[in-house]
Amino acid sequence: MGGRERLLLLALMAPAAIVFAAFFLLPLARLFVIGGTGPTGWSAYLAIVTDARYFRSLVSTVLLSASVTAATLVISGIAGVFLERNRFRGRALVTAMLTLPLAFPGVVIGFMVIMLAGRQGLIPEITDALFNERLVFAYSMAGLFMGYVYFSIPRTILTVMASAEKLDPRLEEAARSLGARPWRVVADVIVPGLKPAFISAGAICFATAMGAFGTAFTLATRINVLPMVIYTEFTLQANLVMASALSFVLGAITWAALALARSFAGSSVAAAG
Amino acid sequence: MSAPDGIPIRLERAGKTFDDGTRALEPTDLTIEAGETLVFLGPSGCGKTTTLRIVAGLDQPDAGGRVWFGSDDVTEVPIERRNVGMVFQSYALFPNMSVADNVAYGLKVRRVDEAERRGRVAQMLEMMHITELAHRRIDQLSGGQRQRVALARAIAPRPRVLLLDEPLTALDAKLRETLRVEIDRLLRSLAITTVYVTHDQAEAMALGDRIAVMQKGRIAQIGTPREIYQRPSSAFVAGFIGAMNHVSVRADNGYLIGSGTRIPWHGSAPGGQIMFRPEDVSIHDGSVSPAVMEGRILSAFFLGDHTRLSVDLGAGDPITVRTEARCSFAAGDAVRLSLPAERILWPEA
Ligand SMILES: Nc1ncnc2c1ncn2[C@@H]1O[C@H](COP(=O)(O)OP(=O)(O)OP(=O)(O)O)[C@@H](O)[C@H]1O
Ligand SMILES: [Mg+2]
Repeated sequence: MGGRERLLLLALMAPAAIVFAAFFLLPLARLFVIGGTGPTGWSAYLAIVTDARYFRSLVSTVLLSASVTAATLVISGIAGVFLERNRFRGRALVTAMLTLPLAFPGVVIGFMVIMLAGRQGLIPEITDALFNERLVFAYSMAGLFMGYVYFSIPRTILTVMASAEKLDPRLEEAARSLGARPWRVVADVIVPGLKPAFISAGAICFATAMGAFGTAFTLATRINVLPMVIYTEFTLQANLVMASALSFVLGAITWAALALARSFAGSSVAAAG
Repeated sequence: MSAPDGIPIRLERAGKTFDDGTRALEPTDLTIEAGETLVFLGPSGCGKTTTLRIVAGLDQPDAGGRVWFGSDDVTEVPIERRNVGMVFQSYALFPNMSVADNVAYGLKVRRVDEAERRGRVAQMLEMMHITELAHRRIDQLSGGQRQRVALARAIAPRPRVLLLDEPLTALDAKLRETLRVEIDRLLRSLAITTVYVTHDQAEAMALGDRIAVMQKGRIAQIGTPREIYQRPSSAFVAGFIGAMNHVSVRADNGYLIGSGTRIPWHGSAPGGQIMFRPEDVSIHDGSVSPAVMEGRILSAFFLGDHTRLSVDLGAGDPITVRTEARCSFAAGDAVRLSLPAERILWPEA
């Protein structure tokens, strides 16, 4: 590459670099520093693991996000492959409906969960009629789980469908000719073929669930996910230091998950013919 | 290898009409003998793959059609329970597995125990000369190597039937030749019932015990390569196997008369066209029997052991003459030809 070209390349990269620095690097650095300027100094970061309240919230957020990711991948994997493989009347409508939540903010998703499983919701009505007991779970982790899965499905399903379209049907036929029953074909051909899609969609799903706020805020301020804790620390307790430290850690975990997924996806993409 | 354990395959009024109404295969009766290699030969879109997929169990024949493996009616049996080996033009190797794992796959699915599996895989790899590739990833292989792996994978579980759909088409000419010889040796040593699809006549002639020439969803002719070559039942078949000359004639008073053509003929003349192979015409040597054709040389290609002439008879397509005569020919020369009457063919279609 000649010096001129390099210069040109740098010039073209400049806008991205400026935006990246102004809206990401600088605030992040500041966040990190603020996290260490409290009365206890850098041990605010330590408090995240030593203080039971913060630590529990961190663990439950990670667990929630991981299980939302797993559930979303299973549901979208099956539905995505089915929708890609089958042509039937109303297919376009089903696809459109499944991708509808893309248009909703977290607050609306929260409302929908309340409608379904809240005190006056549909599910409590049904369980009341059936078992004489009102099953209300909208205001707990279960409600949050449901809402997150609901809004994670669209992106994942679209990614899976795009990837399922590229699966080589000959591979499935080859596996069958060698004696593989349908479930073996799924395990040995379809799932490995969709792996890159699962990894990239799963990473985004996990990251979104880690940072989502609107739904949790709508459902109840009691739910102890990390973004809620950060909000409480910041607005109610005015504990700017702790909020910064928590934010930084939240960002770091999510970033690490994405990076990990990328490296996995990289090696699996290289392994595919 | 194992003892010959091929089984006969029978199609009974097996046809295929796709959902969009395409009649890919007319209802067809066909028997493939145990251990035989049958080649489906025909132009693109004539229904070769469709027929193969019906034999494989990947597609079902239309209602009324039946597929028999020996005395078993397998019409409703899906491919995974038919015990067939399949090789695709596109190889269809599993990209997430190594070469050895690909070859082992059919054995693994059948729960063959680890030790035997390893032995059998090693044997297959050796047979296909790819032992040193065992731990390679598929994307690190050349086309020829991939097709070897695909063959090894297909025969490792010792299938009852081997099905190959244009396995060599994606390879270059030289490699195709090498692999064709290897496949021939392999099929002879396995003595397994084999169906081989191709549109390459040289491949069909070399590999087939019998060839079924297909045209527009039906079998135009089926027979040994020799039968098909020497007694093609139609102009279509004749044109598909080897080169064939066509000359328009009319029967007239004990002769067949055409442009530049005058052939003594006493039998019936069932059509307005005769066919003959380039190697059946020869340069007239001045002997007692008169020359039957006269024309002018358009081009002459000296090919070492023979010369290929293109001769214009005055009207119609030029004919091709393959001669081993040791004289030199030049474009523009007049040439006189003889043709034994028994080599004249009449296309029925
Ligand atoms: N799934 C399908 N739906 C509709 N028509 C089809 C389908 N598969 C094949 N056909 C049609 O059936 C006919 C026969 O196809 P087939 O694949 O058997 O041809 P082929 O002889 O194998 O040709 P080629 O040498 O190009 O592979 C073609 O006209 C093809 O367009
Ligand atoms: Mg084909």
